[in-house]
Amino acid sequence: MGLTGIQIFKLLPKKNCKECGQPTCLAFAMQLAQGKTELSKCPYVSDEAKAKLAEASEPPIRGVVIGTGDEQYKIGEELVLYRHDKTFFNPPLIGVLFKDTEDDATIDARLKNFNEVSFERVGYILKAHLAVVKNESGDAGKFTALLQKIKDNTKKPIMAMSDDVAALEQAAGILKGTKGVLYAATEENYEKLVDIAKANELSLVLKAPIEKVAELTPKIVEKGFKDIILDTEARDAKTMFQHNTFVRRLALKKKDKAYGFPTCNLIYEMTDDEIKEATIAALAIAKYGGIIVISDCKPEVILPLAIQRLNIYTDPQRPMVVEQGIYPINEPDENSPVIVTTNFALTYFIVAAAIEASRVPTWLVIMDVEGMSVLTAWSAGKFVADAIAPFIKKVGIADKIKHRKIIIPGYVAQISGELQEELGEDWEVVIGTREAADIPAFLKEYVAKNQ
Amino acid sequence: MAFAIPKENYAGKVREIVIGKGDKAVKIGGYDSMPLCTFEGTWPNKPVVAMEVYDVAPELNAQGWPPATFEAFKDVINDPGAWAKKCLEYGADLICVQLAGTDPNAQNKSAEEAIEVVKKVKEAVGDIPLIIWGSNNLEKDQEVLPAIMEAFPNENWLFGPAEEGNYKKITASAIGYGHLVAGKSSIDVNLAKQLNILIENLGLSLDKVVMDPTTASLGYGIEYTYSVMERISLAALAQNDDKMQNPFINDLAKEAWKTREAMLTVEEEPTYGEQNTRGILMESITAIDLIAAGSSILIMRNPTAVKVIKELINELYS
Repeated sequence: MGLTGIQIFKLLPKKNCKECGQPTCLAFAMQLAQGKTELSKCPYVSDEAKAKLAEASEPPIRGVVIGTGDEQYKIGEELVLYRHDKTFFNPPLIGVLFKDTEDDATIDARLKNFNEVSFERVGYILKAHLAVVKNESGDAGKFTALLQKIKDNTKKPIMAMSDDVAALEQAAGILKGTKGVLYAATEENYEKLVDIAKANELSLVLKAPIEKVAELTPKIVEKGFKDIILDTEARDAKTMFQHNTFVRRLALKKKDKAYGFPTCNLIYEMTDDEIKEATIAALAIAKYGGIIVISDCKPEVILPLAIQRLNIYTDPQRPMVVEQGIYPINEPDENSPVIVTTNFALTYFIVAAAIEASRVPTWLVIMDVEGMSVLTAWSAGKFVADAIAPFIKKVGIADKIKHRKIIIPGYVAQISGELQEELGEDWEVVIGTREAADIPAFLKEYVAKNQ
Repeated sequence: MAFAIPKENYAGKVREIVIGKGDKAVKIGGYDSMPLCTFEGTWPNKPVVAMEVYDVAPELNAQGWPPATFEAFKDVINDPGAWAKKCLEYGADLICVQLAGTDPNAQNKSAEEAIEVVKKVKEAVGDIPLIIWGSNNLEKDQEVLPAIMEAFPNENWLFGPAEEGNYKKITASAIGYGHLVAGKSSIDVNLAKQLNILIENLGLSLDKVVMDPTTASLGYGIEYTYSVMERISLAALAQNDDKMQNPFINDLAKEAWKTREAMLTVEEEPTYGEQNTRGILMESITAIDLIAAGSSILIMRNPTAVKVIKELINELYS
């Protein structure tokens, strides 16, 4: 993706007029390459150069923006096949199905879950993102009534799904201004649907066999519309994996623009089994899904699926961190033990889960070491006595406890003497376990001994 | 223009490994493309599911097993033989005897007691191959695992985990008594390769070795296991590194079922929803991630999770 500064420089007028605010065209080209300025600042650039630059700077997979305000998401714009090569950027949307043949009670209950089921994890909100409203009845009136009802009762984006172009046209009118999605354009009706999507500023799913995509997307792009999402009609897990893989490889490795769009996987059509459905949805999250539609919105399903989405899309170069501070677990009081560890999210999760499992009320004190694990932070000089001591004093744990004992991870037993010295005589440093799995046994013994 | 499937070329192939002997022997590995990519390679053996039998009966409570799994085994938890048979009814390809009770920090069961458990399982399941998994206590595992190998010579069973700290004794016994070794390294491509080399240098053929890259659960580091497995697979297949061409084993059930998402009851955490489905999904999603990353042996627990995963393996590798 993108051109180098030198490649851009060759396309510029080379007048060094300085009107763009840069001393030379070369300097301007360098700024452009880094995305720090815009081509429009150059008054003399030719239309031909503009077109070339625009094309070259387009990502190999189109980014499609869905929704508005706090519920706005982008899918696509991925750059790699394997997350370890860089990272995956734009996590898929979890879509929840609403059919216009379902009774009000079912719809209302699901809608309530759709709006309310949400979990906080390391500063991220886990939830479903997209309401998928399907015209199962074949009746446009029922369809638009349900669509209107859902639109009136959620801030999240909506995908309107029908085989009937007239029904979709009405749906588009309802969704105008929401940046929702229309499902679906086909080989037969795409010309009409592209016009509808364009007029109402919606994105559009193209439903076509994978080999037809190469023929159809260029025709749609030619009509001046690019917010395309691909449904390659995969209706089982194996075909879905293969198609998603083909689309991703064609876009990234073959630089085939015709396949450079995010995908849409209708998981609910692949099975009637709730566990199997969510498990296939998890596979779609790992393997290149863009919109992933499941049949319901139960918290026990959304929670693990949304964790999957968070885990797979975590940047491998940047560890997940939790906020520095004091975390009360199992309702601790002034006599409860204090455990200190680092803010690497995994360390936090595993230690917190072990403490929770022990049922021993405990203060967990988390220190910001830029997301490193205990040993890494120690060897980087960040989780050492002269950093921990001032932190302990500053964080305010002393106000919450009567005793002055802190438990440090067993892996940094070697700093206990120095830490003791840094903290001063009122404090006592206790060496804890090396492995989190041993924390429950340790805490129980510790509490028994200290009572 | 006709549609051409964008295929990758791979230079390498993962070793085919045989566990057990005779008609019931289980084969794994032998594939020459990235996981699930059957359109560009040959996968003579699908991933298999080993179901757990514990040496100590689990309890139904907050520190033990939640109802979703406990109920499925409650009649057999005090009888390893009956438990193993139950696993076969639930569709297990092989049985994994989990010796968690040998851990000095748990019940500290002796090698003799472990041998008794294995004997009962073997008597119950006949020639179905066994995986014998230690308690992850380096010292105790290198005492218990060799004792079992000696008690059941030349069964060609798989023993693990053998780690940098205890692989020598475990490997030497595997050579002496005709068994296989699962080498466990700590989420790192180079450490995995190094352990394979160390094991091979002791004299065990890499045809008798599987790799445990350290398995984490969904929500608790799955992304690390996932990416290290993808990287090892690429080294084995794309770069043809013959010291990395061994199939993976993932001891996943223990990890998935100790998460708070699986353990917390509805009373403790009403917002999390129904507990059984939640726990089963923690296991099945962890398993599908590991399959996508290239697992050949999944050590699993819950019958519903096993059923779904076996169905999906059959579909994905059909």
